Amino acid sequence: MSEFLSPKDLPAALAARAAHPDYIPVAGGTDYMVASKDRLPPPGIINLFGLGALTGVTDLDGGGVRIGACTTYATLLGDARIANTFPLLRDACREVGASQIQARGTLGGNIATSSPVGDSLPPLLALDAVICVASSAGERRVAYEDFLVGYRKIDLAADELIVAIELPAPHVGAMQHWRKVGTRRAQSISKVMMAAVAHLDDGRIADIRIALGAVADRTVRARATEDALRGSAPSEEAAKRAREALRGEITPIDDLRSTAEYRLGVAENLVRRFVLSL
Amino acid sequence: MGHASNSSEEAKAKGSVGKGLARVDGAAKVRGTARYVDDLKFPGMHHGLTKRSEVPHGILRGIHKREGFDWSQVVVVTAEDIPGRNTILLIEEDQPALVAIGAHVRHVDEAIALIAAPTRALAREAHGFLDLEIEEIPAVFDCEEALSAEVNVYGDDNILKTYLIEKGDADIEEKLASCDHVVEGLYRTQAQEQMYIEPQGMIASWGEDGVCHIIGSMQCPFYIQKAMRALLALDDDNLVVEQAVTGGGFGGKEEYPSMIAGHAALLARKAGVPVKLIYERDEDIAATTKRHPSVVRHRLGFDADGTIRAIDVDVIFDGGAYLTLTQVVLSRGVLHAAGPYKCENTRVRGRAVATNTPPHGAFRGFGAPQTTFAYERQTQKAAALLGMSPFEFREHNMLRDGDRTATSQLLEGSVGSEDVLRAVKEVAEANPLPKDDPATSIRHGRGVAFYFHGAGFTGSGEARLAGRATVALAEDGHFEVRSSSTDIGQGVQTMFTQIAATGLGVEPDAVRVPTPATDRVPDSGPTVASRTCMVVGRVVGQASVALKNRIESWASENGFGDMPLRQAATAMAKVEGEISETVQYAPPPGIVWDDETYTGSAYPCYGWAACVIDVRVDTDTYEVAIDRCVHAVDVGKAINPVVVKGQIEGGTLQSLGWALWEDVIYKNGKVANDRMTNCIVPTFSDAPEMHTIIVEEPFANGPYGAKGVGEIPMDGPCAAAAGAVEHALSTLVSSEGFDALPVSPEAIQRAMRLDS
Ligand SMILES: Cc1cc2nc3c(=O)[nH]c(=O)nc-3n(C[C@H](O)[C@H](O)[C@H](O)COP(=O)(O)OP(=O)(O)OC[C@H]3O[C@@H](n4cnc5c(N)ncnc54)[C@H](O)[C@@H]3O)c2cc1C
Repeated sequence: MSEFLSPKDLPAALAARAAHPDYIPVAGGTDYMVASKDRLPPPGIINLFGLGALTGVTDLDGGGVRIGACTTYATLLGDARIANTFPLLRDACREVGASQIQARGTLGGNIATSSPVGDSLPPLLALDAVICVASSAGERRVAYEDFLVGYRKIDLAADELIVAIELPAPHVGAMQHWRKVGTRRAQSISKVMMAAVAHLDDGRIADIRIALGAVADRTVRARATEDALRGSAPSEEAAKRAREALRGEITPIDDLRSTAEYRLGVAENLVRRFVLSL
Repeated sequence: MGHASNSSEEAKAKGSVGKGLARVDGAAKVRGTARYVDDLKFPGMHHGLTKRSEVPHGILRGIHKREGFDWSQVVVVTAEDIPGRNTILLIEEDQPALVAIGAHVRHVDEAIALIAAPTRALAREAHGFLDLEIEEIPAVFDCEEALSAEVNVYGDDNILKTYLIEKGDADIEEKLASCDHVVEGLYRTQAQEQMYIEPQGMIASWGEDGVCHIIGSMQCPFYIQKAMRALLALDDDNLVVEQAVTGGGFGGKEEYPSMIAGHAALLARKAGVPVKLIYERDEDIAATTKRHPSVVRHRLGFDADGTIRAIDVDVIFDGGAYLTLTQVVLSRGVLHAAGPYKCENTRVRGRAVATNTPPHGAFRGFGAPQTTFAYERQTQKAAALLGMSPFEFREHNMLRDGDRTATSQLLEGSVGSEDVLRAVKEVAEANPLPKDDPATSIRHGRGVAFYFHGAGFTGSGEARLAGRATVALAEDGHFEVRSSSTDIGQGVQTMFTQIAATGLGVEPDAVRVPTPATDRVPDSGPTVASRTCMVVGRVVGQASVALKNRIESWASENGFGDMPLRQAATAMAKVEGEISETVQYAPPPGIVWDDETYTGSAYPCYGWAACVIDVRVDTDTYEVAIDRCVHAVDVGKAINPVVVKGQIEGGTLQSLGWALWEDVIYKNGKVANDRMTNCIVPTFSDAPEMHTIIVEEPFANGPYGAKGVGEIPMDGPCAAAAGAVEHALSTLVSSEGFDALPVSPEAIQRAMRLDS
């Protein structure tokens, strides 16, 4: 049997983490529960779900928000700031699992699992999220792209917890677009995801950030594609250049859910459609 | 009339045939009080686990208990522990219950040894310490390759069964050559997982008296009884098979439960305690039967005016490693292969082939969906070639009352072919497809399918089965319907309640339909083949009326003429002991079937159906969304229209799932996608709004006119969906792109790429 710790506040949680680096922190448990079927129980569990300091959405100066790591999808879906300022994230949350999973699954859990098919991850990347990590020694802040270090690997030490995600305010008038292509409409693992944010200046793409999921070992920014588009008018011409750039920078794989050819083709089509919609 | 009798009249009316009585099993299932097999516990019960082959083909050389584990804590069963014949008896004796040392392993996940332990965890640990030594030999996974017989799986040619249906004197090649047009197509369909919500499981225990009691999730208690007689060398007096509340079957709990029952019984026998054997979802998906993959070549010859003149079909089913029910599935496949169309010259050839994959078996539709997919793709292509509307081509050729089928069966009565097609056509014509906007990625398409499904067992099967049912007054004053028909979620208990209540003239809550046990119910035949309502429902109705008449005449003879039936029955039982009526099914007269030539009355009657499906294809993601699904089904009579609609809509979704999303991926003969997360079946969110039309062309020999409904909705929507995608992309892709299932986004992309 695993020991079950339910720390009452963040310092207690961090102390437990420092004292028991082999214990598994669990938030909603929706990933943990599935993974636990095929492995031995851990020596202990540190329950984070419902911990006040890790839950909820607060305003940041300058129009951004700070989201507690243990905030559920359901809470995010009910939050007007998310809906108004970060519809990209709202749209992604809406398509996670189905209502049961949304009620229990957390943003921090999605980030910590860091599956290449995690649905909230491309929006966070495209929205320039900053991950706030803490240990008993203090807090540090990491740009999300740097936080993603490999296949299901994040820049998190054994005594640390993810405490919050900060999203800066997007550029005024920026367009945000989300598309999840999954195996079905609910309880679906993504085959391709695209999160994109862009704004025009004088009819030209002034800035664009495209994050893709399920096309690499981790969630990735399509930097070359963005470069191919920045400064251009959103035309069929520009879309064609973007597709070519995209083909050069991602190499998706075949697996049980889909094919490399499909993932690449659909990613190209989605980028094109987004460009044409600007 | 007083208030009391008024409400009893109301209750009677609500529960009578034709009304949507609420499911009698519903409350317990919704509240969680229904007890499925995994909810049951027996004192001292151990947990069983199956040790399976990891190679697809080989010879078992040894089973070794590795050191490092205390083997005294568990019981291990191998083929040597079998008291009777080492076989899962159904049709043939080719499939062992456990592979014996020196014998062939024929598929991955074949059962080789069994373990029972006080806990599941301990059983799992022992499982890890049990080693199998198998000498691997070459395997074959493709049914067409298996025909070349380089690898031997079954007999000396790998052919499990062949059929030939011929109609007309002319040589089929000559006849085809004389047609104005011939459309030729090659169609492939994939395996399909039933994905019942409750995985399979059984508990077996042996009494001091030597009686073996088996309870579990199942469709056919008497099939298990038959298999156990052979395996355990028991007679019926020493064997009780009981159904627990069962969470879905779809054919998947027709033959395989005999395997699990046998394993649980062998373990319980050796362990001396009850043993529960419940499959995990991955084990269930990997090891149990699926729909047969198929390859169908179809040639359709017709004249310029649209008249079909010749049909030639070649059907190949992949049976997997053992026969199980394959020959019966193939039979239904070939019997439906020419479709519900008039044609004087027809040839249908069928072959079932053995491969080194886990056996394929019963699945709702039972061979008909595979051949229906082929012939309805052909019909769509023929209509398009002639520029005829899909409705017109079908109307022109459809079988009507008085016509003869491919087996020369004369259709007499209960032929709803015109009605079903007209019903969907009216809705379709009132709702034209939206126009495509070329600036968007969306393309719209419409597909049509028209089909039939034989209800009940083939040919003289029902006469041979001689299904019986009993209606009795139970000790507590309820009328009890006793049959071996199982409620597996399809509403049997509710449907029998209504038929019995109506026959007896009582309120529905005066009737009870318990789950069957072989020592308490007569053999009504298996719960398969869309036969339960039509065949068993009929004898339940007849028994109810007979019982009512007997009680009424007793009551009037004894001066209780005015007494309500239930009271009179109770009074009568006090005098006469338990009162009951048992009726045996009598097939309609004039059913003549020749098994040698495959001619005559293939089925007592047919259900008829048509559907129209409108889709939206996103050419950016190649995803298909279903915008409209209109489905008309002639069911003879809807005993409970809500249940009937549920059957039609569930079957439709299962067919659409098979058409668009579902696939079972095998790697070296092993199911690779053995989870609900990757073995995709549609969810409620994927289900379209369904427009379901019930057509009632009564069948004279069914209860109140009812005939089969369980399977027919599974047959046709797949073809309509593929046709709709073809239509949506007709300017982009040639039609061959939609001749293999599933028409998945990946397949659509491939087709568009090949054609661009
Ligand atoms: C049926 C089903 C459907 C699903 N559908 C989707 C889907 O559509 N899209 C999708 O992206 N995901 C899906 N998931 C996966 C899962 O629900 C999400 O990844 C969810 O966000 C995980 O959050 P959680 O709080 O439940 O994580 P948990 O299971 O509690 O934890 C997951 C991992 O993160 C670690 N962890 C959690 N919180 C922290 C923290 N604050 N600091 C450090 N480490 C932490 C844990 O140690 C654990 O390793 C699905 C899961 C199921 C069971």
